[in-house]
Amino acid sequence: MQALYAQLLVGLINGSFYALLSLGLAVIFGMLNIINFAHGALYMMGAFVAYFLLNLGGINYWWALLLAPIIVGIFGMILERTMLQWLTGLDHLYGLLLTFGIALIVQGVFQNYFGSSGLPYAIPDQLKGGMNLGFMFLPIYRGWVVVFSLVVCLATWFLIEKTQLGAYLRAATENPTLVRAFGINVPRMITLTYGLGVGLAALAGVLSAPINQVRPLMGADLIIVVFAVVVIGGMGSIMGSIITGFALGVIEGLTKYFYPEASNTVVFVLMVLVLLVKPTGLTGRAA
Amino acid sequence: MKQHFSALLLGMALGFVASGASAQDKTVKIGVLTDNSGLYSDLGGAGSTLAAQMAIEDSGLAAKGWKIDLISADHQNKPDIATTIARQWIDVEKVDIFMDVLNSGVALAVNNVVKEKNSILIDTGAATSDLTNAQCSPNTIHWVYDTYMLANSTGQALVKAGGDSWFFLTADYAFGAALERDTAAVVQKAGGKVLGSVKHPLNSSDFSSFLLQAQASKAKIVGLANAGGDTTNSIKQAAEFGIVAGGQKLAGLLLFITDVHSLGLNVAQGLNFTETFYWDLNDGTRAFSKRFSERMKNKAMPSMVQAGVYSGLVHYFKALEAMGGNPHDGAKAVEKMKSMPTDDPLFGQGSIRVDGRKIHPAYLFEVKKPSESKGPWDYYKLVGTVPADQAFRPLSESVCPLVKK
Repeated sequence: MQALYAQLLVGLINGSFYALLSLGLAVIFGMLNIINFAHGALYMMGAFVAYFLLNLGGINYWWALLLAPIIVGIFGMILERTMLQWLTGLDHLYGLLLTFGIALIVQGVFQNYFGSSGLPYAIPDQLKGGMNLGFMFLPIYRGWVVVFSLVVCLATWFLIEKTQLGAYLRAATENPTLVRAFGINVPRMITLTYGLGVGLAALAGVLSAPINQVRPLMGADLIIVVFAVVVIGGMGSIMGSIITGFALGVIEGLTKYFYPEASNTVVFVLMVLVLLVKPTGLTGRAA
Repeated sequence: MKQHFSALLLGMALGFVASGASAQDKTVKIGVLTDNSGLYSDLGGAGSTLAAQMAIEDSGLAAKGWKIDLISADHQNKPDIATTIARQWIDVEKVDIFMDVLNSGVALAVNNVVKEKNSILIDTGAATSDLTNAQCSPNTIHWVYDTYMLANSTGQALVKAGGDSWFFLTADYAFGAALERDTAAVVQKAGGKVLGSVKHPLNSSDFSSFLLQAQASKAKIVGLANAGGDTTNSIKQAAEFGIVAGGQKLAGLLLFITDVHSLGLNVAQGLNFTETFYWDLNDGTRAFSKRFSERMKNKAMPSMVQAGVYSGLVHYFKALEAMGGNPHDGAKAVEKMKSMPTDDPLFGQGSIRVDGRKIHPAYLFEVKKPSESKGPWDYYKLVGTVPADQAFRPLSESVCPLVKK
């Protein structure tokens, strides 16, 4: 029974990565209608930027949490301005193929220079060590990841669903022409939204750098699972992707305990089941 | 009947072509089949192709009228892709010899194709000891290391040091299974107990669930029967979950220098494991490694897999010269290689056994503390040497049909 609690908690930790990543994807899909396959590569870039900041600039983890999302976010906005914006109004497939291509190029370039085994990034001193919860030894850093990503997820949800800015954004997705008539610069808002989604991916990258090796393929391994999370949660649904992110982390954690061999397929089995029963995802609305 | 007749004709025609091409034919084509883009690409990959290139240059065969071609491909760690490439290489590209072929699943698949087509496989990257045991072949030489050797050396050393209860974290494919099986056998033979194991999917990024299970088992040793990124991530996360601080010891059953480089000494210090090559062993290894590193894009030192590609080809070229030409007959060339003692600056003197196992000493290393290291790539302390004749599975235990008892 104790082991079970531990697995639940560990699942929650992984779930927070899924939640952060799928949230970014959901924001981008919900607002821009782009299936952002480059998300994994941008997540990886976040981790690499944190590594460079530390090793080249001596800038620590805490600043990296702020700076890496901004730097990668700017990179994302350049992508949006120079390439993605021309795909507005076209079929989803074009955006998917373009971003998939970008992901392959970015990963290829990083792999060319840094190899596949990755680079070390240490846990910041303030978050080293762990505490004994009785049923398990919880590394402080992991606890921090859960709390921090939960806060970020809820803040993003609040920004989009409850604020004036969020209202503009949602309106701009529904009817861009009308919103433009009110004097709001819709293309700029879309660029900023893409930057926000990308920044979330980079933030997840920084969070994961001390846990996993900083590797060029770290995002490629994760992105497919995250897509499944978004599909299960309902494409474009903000709250849906947060909740499913955490829930699937837990389910995956339990699978790792009861039948570890299936732990990397269980998410997809669930995706198939959800799609069969409710094709719009758990919280999705029919288009 | 008609079919039989045409098959006979075809056979005669092929025999004629083959005999016409033998003896004086001095063309050779080498294929490096490896992981060029995935999790093992640092320990094989482009470095293996470079090692092959260096072996060709150092052999001086070109000046003696030989024409040696080198091609390379990415098998993406998928046996089906690997066998497709292997067939195409043999049938269309006329490749004579396969080098590297890391990943045990891939190696076992290519091993079959090579045997069927009478080509040559010098495997320097795969770990499974089945290549020279149940699955042994007259066309295959297993050059650098295998799961039996790793288990025997690291496993025994750790049990002797008091690590008598084990829990395994095992990569869920042919390699992990073989490594766990061979290590468990050594542990039990030495009087230790195996308390349990958990199989994780290849290329996992999160090991916390598995590590918690290892922690709960209370085993003294957590054996990592995985490789590459899986091993580095398990070691890193084990530190985070206080596995070592809690009194359990990690055994990286298969670690490469590229893994240690990637982990950094802070995390990797104190780990014990076995390799058969280290760049800083002696003057011969240092001279080669220096030349190698200068030509690598990221200035990396060679892994034992890459060093094995060089060493294997050096021996292959010697055999070709001794035969006076390329017979384009895999089994015949391998037979010749087995009959000659091996000697090169990287692995020293050795031999190839009848089952295809290349024999040389194995070294037990410990990763240095950051304070002991003089600079990048200065990572290992030699703590023990297993002599060549004791490092690998004895022929008396072999089930390989090539071994006559």
